[in-house]
Parts: sequence; C-alpha cells; structure tokens
Amino acid sequence: MPESAFVDLGDLPLGEGGHLLLKRALWQAGAGERVRVSGSASTLAVDLAPWCRQQGHELLELVTTEPGVSATIARGQALGARHRGAERAGHAVASRPDAVVDKPPERWGLAARGALVEAGTPRFGFTLDDKDAVWTDDASRLYAQAVAAQWDPATAIPWAEAPALPDAVEDAVVQLMTYLIENETAALILPARFIARLHPHFREVMQLLAVQAADEARHIEVFTRRALLLRSELGLSTAGGQASLATLLDEPDFALASFLLSVLGEGTFLSLLGFLREHAPDPVTEAVARLTARDEARHVAFGMAHLVRHAGRDPALLPRLAAAVERRHDALANTAGLNDEVSDALLLLAAGSFEPPALRQGHARVMTLVADMDAGRRQRLVRLGFPEAQAEQLSALHTRNFM
Amino acid sequence: MTEPRTLIMGAVAYDPKVVTIWEGFKAWFAPAGLAFDYVLYSNYEAQVQAHLAGHLHVAWNSPLAWLQAERAAARRGRRAEAIAMRDTDRDLTSLILVRADSPIESVAQLSGKRVGVGASDSPQATLLPLLHLAEAGLEPHRDFQVVEHDALFGKHGDHIGGERDAARALVAGTVEAACVIDGNHLAFTREGTLPSNGVRVLAQTAKYDHCNFTVFDDAPASLVSRFRELLLSMSYDDPVVRPLLDLEGLKQWTVGRTEGYAALGRAIDRFGSIDAFLAQVG
Repeated sequence: MPESAFVDLGDLPLGEGGHLLLKRALWQAGAGERVRVSGSASTLAVDLAPWCRQQGHELLELVTTEPGVSATIARGQALGARHRGAERAGHAVASRPDAVVDKPPERWGLAARGALVEAGTPRFGFTLDDKDAVWTDDASRLYAQAVAAQWDPATAIPWAEAPALPDAVEDAVVQLMTYLIENETAALILPARFIARLHPHFREVMQLLAVQAADEARHIEVFTRRALLLRSELGLSTAGGQASLATLLDEPDFALASFLLSVLGEGTFLSLLGFLREHAPDPVTEAVARLTARDEARHVAFGMAHLVRHAGRDPALLPRLAAAVERRHDALANTAGLNDEVSDALLLLAAGSFEPPALRQGHARVMTLVADMDAGRRQRLVRLGFPEAQAEQLSALHTRNFM
Repeated sequence: MTEPRTLIMGAVAYDPKVVTIWEGFKAWFAPAGLAFDYVLYSNYEAQVQAHLAGHLHVAWNSPLAWLQAERAAARRGRRAEAIAMRDTDRDLTSLILVRADSPIESVAQLSGKRVGVGASDSPQATLLPLLHLAEAGLEPHRDFQVVEHDALFGKHGDHIGGERDAARALVAGTVEAACVIDGNHLAFTREGTLPSNGVRVLAQTAKYDHCNFTVFDDAPASLVSRFRELLLSMSYDDPVVRPLLDLEGLKQWTVGRTEGYAALGRAIDRFGSIDAFLAQVG
C-alpha cells in the first residue's frame, strides 16, 4: 500500500470550498489509493460521509481529534470517469496541424474546438459538416479584419450634412435605398440560415458568417435612415426584384448559395455601391455607399476564398456552380428583372439633372456600370477556375436584379 | 403461470426528471434483452396499493414505502424483498441543527422549543430525527413543538423543498432547531441557504438506509433476476448510463438489504405513522 496523501483543511468547512482541496488530493492520488484528511471545522465530521457517498469514495475511517476530525478516504472509481473515453475535438488554434478536421463528428456538438469532449454528448445534427464545403484558411484573418472594421452608424456617417436635393433626385435616392434594403435583408437571412446548420467546429467560419449577418443588419439600418432623412415614406418594392431574391433564399446548398450571393450578387453590388459613392448627390449617401461597400468586399473575399479551396478539392464543384447560374436564370426568365424605378434612379443620379445632355451622360455612366459589373463577375469566375469563355457566358446569365 | 414478457416497474413522480431517468433506463435495458416499462404514481401510498394489487412487478420505494409494502404484504401472508439499492442509499444519517449562537447545548434543552422538520411523511427530515429525540426522552408534540414544512405530501420527503424550508426557518429564527439529512447540510451550506458558521450540529441519528427496489414473492422471477443483474452491471464509466446515474444520484447500484430500516420501523411503531394506511389496505 503506497503512503497516503495528506490534506489539511484547517478550519475550512467542506461546504465552503474545502471540498476542492479534498478533491484535488483525491485527483492526484490513483484509483483505490487512500487520502488522509484532517480539519477543525465543526461540521466536518458530519459532512465527510455524505460527500464521500455522493462522490463515490469510501470513507474508511473517521476519528475525532481535538479539535476536529481526521479521516481516511479511499478514492473511488467514479472520479475521472468523465475523462475516460473523452476525445479532443481538434485544436483551438486553426493554424495548428490537424486543428480543423475534415468531418467533425456530430457528438462534438457545441463543444469548443480543442475541448476535451466527454463521451455520450447529445447529437445535434449540424448538417454543414464537410470542411471542403465551408472552410478557408483565410477565415481567421478575415474574421479579425471584420471585427476591426466595424463602424458605428451614429458617428461614421455625417447625418447632419444632408442638403435639400431636388425632389426627383431625392426620390431617386429613396428608391435606391428601398431596393438596397430588401437585397441586404436577403444577404442577412442567408448566412444566418447557414450558421444554424454549420458545425461549430468550423468556428472562424461561423464567426465570420455571424459578423456578415451583423454587417447586413447595420446596412439595413443606414439605408433606412438615409431614405427617411428627408422623406416619410419608402419607395417601391417590385415583384420581379423579390422573385430574384427568392431564388437565392431557396438555395439549400452552402457552396451554391455562397456563390450566387457573395461572388455574383455581392460582387456585383461592389460595382453598384462604387457607382453610388461616385455619383452620390450628398455626403450622407456617399458615406453610406462607401462604408457598406467596404463590408461587402469582405463578404466577397470570404466567398471567393472558400470556393477557390473547395473547387481545388472537388472537380465537380465548377459544373455545379455553372448549373446553379443557369437554373436561376431559367427560373427568372419570365420576371421583369431590375425594376424601372431603380434603373431610372441610377440614371438620374448619374445625370444629376433632367437636362438632355446630362441624361445622355447619365445613361453612358450606367452603361459603364453594367460593363464594370460584368467585368468584375468574369474576373471572379476566372479566379474560381472557369475558362474565359464560360465565365463570359455565365456572367451574362446573372440576374438583371444585380443581387 | 406463464411469466409476463415485460417487467413493469412503479416509481413516484416527485420531479419531471423521473421520466428522463426511466425512459433512459428503458432504452438501455432493451438491447440487453430486458423488456421493461414503468408506471408513475403521484404518491407512494398509491404505488404500494397498486403493487399489492399486482399492477406492477417491482417498485422503486422510499424507505417508508418499503415498510408499508413489507407490513401490508405480511398481513396477507406474503413476503417482500429489497432486491437492489443505490450506493447512496446506504448508511445515511440525519442531523438536528441549531443556530451557532444558540444557547442550546444538549438534546434535553430542546424541551419546550420549536423543532423544524420536513414533510410529515419524510423519514429523513421528520420521522427518524423525531425518533432520535423521542428515544432520548423528548416526546414530539408533548415535550417540544414540531413545526412541519410540508412539501408534496405522499412523496415521503423525496422533494428537497421541505428540508430547505426547515433550514430557512432555523436561519430566520422561527424555529430553534431544524432536521435535515446529512447530505443536505452540505448542499445547503454550498448553496448558501445555511450561512457560513451559522449553524451547529446538536445531534446526529444512527445510520439508516434509504430507497430500494421492492418485489413481492409472486414477482416474475426470471425477469426480476435479469433486471437486478443488469442494474448491478451498470458502470459509471458507461457514457450512456452516466447521465442517468447522475440524475438518480448514484455511482453504482448495489444489492438490497433491509437492516437499515430498523430505526424507521421503530419510528412508525412509536408514532403510528402508517397505521391508517395499513388499516385502509387491509
């Protein structure tokens, strides 16, 4: 029999923290080994037996001393049972080798990546659990960047600097904001839906999607606030616009949804917001467009990063992405596309007035915008691995509603 | 007589977790070849009566329910057996607490005082501590006032609420002493119901045992045998049963024994606690 470990509780009662000292001593002892404990708390004599009983240890001897008691306890089998059969769920630091596994098991559930997970945890059913489909090594960096780049709508935008604009121009701004709000609503809902399905093992992706949803919440706020700055009502929401967004929300596949939303939709929005910033009739609209574009660029970067990785590992991905564009195009073939109100508003903003030469120039600028959008899409498609010709063809099939 | 295919167990629903526990065990028994089901009762008296009437094969009984079952069976010429119990059902004690600054230094000094107890049918928080005082010469209700804290009568003190109320009454000064099971002294200290250095242990009962699985001599022998065998084989190392064992408050099932109910037997004899029940069941 090895020498018993000894712990003196002094006058600390077992119920006021003394159990931690005893537990530590038992933990350090091996299974079946003995620990001697002494203490002078008046209740120690009556607390030791129930504590041992509840913890599965055996109280071998209890001797009254003056003052207090001295006892001998044999460590039971139950201590440490939660560690037996437990497994390490990867590693918290994503850059470590084997930190992020290809297919995290359901049983890891909500456990922190890197935690030691007790056997017998409930199954959660996170269906988005394939590293190839969701992961990018850039996720940590993009998340850090996203958190650092958060801005406060109350102070980042010069709300007091909105001059009175001609009615038609102000109407155009309000219509564009109305259009942007519903698009950003779709862009909020989509990542939020995927967060709920994503295995929390892919922590950085989960965090990034959460910030993405929060970005969109802020965008909805500032677009609404700009629209109501000088008006009491918002503009028109069209059936065609919503039909286009409905096809986005209907997409259950993460890769395809991310492709349609982030790469094609938000990618196209980068050009649109750039256009709005350049032709903004007032400093508030300029700031709103500039700040939201910055966030959107990050969303596009994440979409590109995980899809490039995914495409590199799964040769079947590019044909699936192409088919998704074609399917969406077919689904939208009989809808109106971008509503007249939005396209007219863009033209008017770019023109600045109803003077015919200005309108001609505005039209030319909108044509340039459309060409820029197309060029951006083609460039991203090529980066994903599509041949130039197919990129051109797929870009042309992108929704006329931009998002 | 052919044996039934399914073993039916009775338990008292003193808490919603009872469903989780027995559903879990039922699922664990099935692949081990034991068809098992359970019936819940709202009070032990109903469960004992149902058991006597043959509605169930095995009952998860409180110590008082064990004595009710054993004595009612004996009156009918039948025999009850405790087939298994938790490791935590063995060798419990109850404490009679006073405030640390109380002038009461001996049991005799409780004469004329108010003693807080748990539910009137709680072995651990009422019957056994009152027996301890009675055997020390202080007759409840005659020599001192018994202040009951009834929580869920019929559940034999399984619910912790009555004991906690007794402990609170002690702290508040509405009673001069309070009776609790030893484990609850620790629990009430840890949760702060009993303040640091606020109470003193005036007396401690002798050791006694708590719940058991009870069968009568006409129980389906092979089903009961398999049930007992499976209970005893459960390991805290098994991640499937571990949460159920945690909920039921044990680390290991052990064989049953009945010596630990002697003191409670004396208590009910002395106080007539189950006389009306026995008269009713005949």
